[in-house]
Amino acid sequence: MLDKLKKIWQVLNRPSVHYSLGFLTLGGFVAGVIFWGGFNTALEATNKEAFCIGCHEMENNVYQELQTTIHFTNRSGVRATCPDCHVPHNWTDKIARKMQASKEVWGKVFGTINTREKFESKRRELAEHEWERLKANDSLECRNCHNFTYMDFTRQSPRASQMHSTSLASGEKTCIDCHKGIAHHLPDMEGVKGF
Amino acid sequence: MKTLKLVSAIGLLAFGALMMTSVSAASIPEDKIDTLRQAPINIEPTPPAMQNVRNTDVKEVRNYPMQPPVIPHKIDGYQLDLKVNKCMACHARSRIGDSQAPMVSVTHYMDRDNNFLAELSPRRYFCTQCHVPQLDAKLLVENDFVDMEHLIKTNTEQKKH
Ligand code: HEC
Ligand code: HEC
Ligand code: HEC
Ligand code: HEC
Ligand code: HEC
Ligand code: HEC
Repeated sequence: MLDKLKKIWQVLNRPSVHYSLGFLTLGGFVAGVIFWGGFNTALEATNKEAFCIGCHEMENNVYQELQTTIHFTNRSGVRATCPDCHVPHNWTDKIARKMQASKEVWGKVFGTINTREKFESKRRELAEHEWERLKANDSLECRNCHNFTYMDFTRQSPRASQMHSTSLASGEKTCIDCHKGIAHHLPDMEGVKGF
Repeated sequence: MKTLKLVSAIGLLAFGALMMTSVSAASIPEDKIDTLRQAPINIEPTPPAMQNVRNTDVKEVRNYPMQPPVIPHKIDGYQLDLKVNKCMACHARSRIGDSQAPMVSVTHYMDRDNNFLAELSPRRYFCTQCHVPQLDAKLLVENDFVDMEHLIKTNTEQKKH
């Protein structure tokens, strides 16, 4: 038994003595692909709406509210799901978001928002995190679907095209500056810019 | 004491009159009742398709000076409750620079004793009590409203003759 372990250790300690460098490089590459792929699959699984609303905190509050908005049903039949707006599709951003998400699991354990009342009293804080994030990435998630370059102002209502062709076009404002509360109820907006 | 008796007598009379009218209302034949409900009361008909809200952004004529103007844009999803007043995010005095919307008029800052308040008067908080958007629908009942100006005109014309 000890002999066997010793042998394994010898291989692990100086692998290039026992295997060719080419084999090792290739092996490392294959293992990397498998590991990376598995990681990606795991991420995909947590990147579905079903995963998000698996928690009643998410289902009973924000999901219910989403259902009455244009991003749930509309004439075009295109639906925005939670991850469309909340988890960046870009790889590196994705991992950064997941690290932050582990805080949510803590929240579940400690029940920070497990009743409607608690959720409502915490909503302002949670919403502010989201506004901050969308402001910082220039509303990346919105732009994944709504591409400014392809907006036809002549097809928009005068009120919309007036705003989009000025403050938005100049880059002075981004979607979230004007479209807060597009998917969920808003918290008390006292003191929020634009209200 | 005498006035009290008189008041209660009048009250009794009024009550009796009310009872009479409601009794006679019940005896009106069904086809004589003017109603928008075209189906019997125990049947839930399929409602007609919802009409689109007119979203023209073109102000509409006010029919008389005191009329709350109708809303020329859609208000879908505009939150209006104790937490948020989305309308005021565009129509408040301090917001019209950004939104280019007309400011709520000064009457919206007055209390019922005509004192000017610093903030929106509580009695004007729920905008949709008085202001409504318009639908692209055909009228269900004919409207025989006559504009005041038209009345004045016909009046002066009659005087001439
Ligand atoms: C384990 C249950 C659970 C799951 C699954 C879950 N959430 Fe949450 N979420 C929470 C809790 C609890 C909080 C509040 C955390 C706190 O108190 O700070 C929260 C907060 C949030 C916030 C506010 C963010 C912030 O920075 O404050 C967003 C946005 C959110 N969740 C979106 C999602 C999305 C999108 C998914 C699916 C990818 C998801 N959640 C899955 C429980 C969950
Ligand atoms: C999954 C794609 C998707 C994402 C992500 C998305 N939207 Fe949309 N959005 C849509 C679709 C589809 C419609 C409805 C188009 C239609 O049928 O008129 C829409 C409609 C809208 C409207 C029009 C509302 C109305 O009443 O006419 C606004 C405003 C809007 N989105 C803003 C946003 C903002 C802000 C974000 C980012 C927080 C965002 N959207 C993210 C797909 C998306
Ligand atoms: C300066 C403010 C402002 C900014 C920035 C802005 N919008 Fe808008 N948007 C408006 C207004 C005002 C309307 C019309 C009123 C409404 O729908 O509430 C509108 C309407 C819309 C509509 C519906 C179009 C229609 O014809 O009614 C969509 C879709 C939309 N915005 C998407 C976006 C997206 C995506 C972004 C970011 C790329 C964005 N907006 C940035 C102010 C803005
Ligand atoms: C169209 C984009 C969009 C979709 C789809 C969407 N959200 Fe949001 N969400 C937002 C925005 C924008 C905010 C920031 C607060 C605001 O403006 O209402 C937000 C805020 C939140 C918050 C913080 C609390 C709050 O109400 O502000 C949570 C939690 C959340 N979203 C979860 C979800 C979940 C779960 C889903 C799927 C059921 C979902 N969101 C779908 C755009 C979206
Ligand atoms: C995104 C900004 C915005 C929001 C939010 C908004 N409005 Fe407006 N409103 C306007 C603009 C701009 C006009 C000028 C006409 C036009 O472009 O539609 C207007 C016009 C009006 C008018 C017509 C005024 C007149 O003199 O004829 C009324 C009434 C009105 N709005 C009421 C409301 C109410 C009630 C709400 C909330 C349910 C609301 N508005 C929300 C921007 C807004
Ligand atoms: C009690 C009824 C009532 C309520 C509630 C009310 N209004 Fe008005 N509003 C009026 C009347 C009447 C007028 C026209 C006469 C006047 O200006 O006072 C008017 C005028 C306006 C005008 C046109 C002003 C102008 O000078 O052209 C706007 C815009 C407006 N209201 C927006 C709002 C908004 C936004 C709210 C909610 C915060 C609101 N109103 C609440 C009755 C109301």
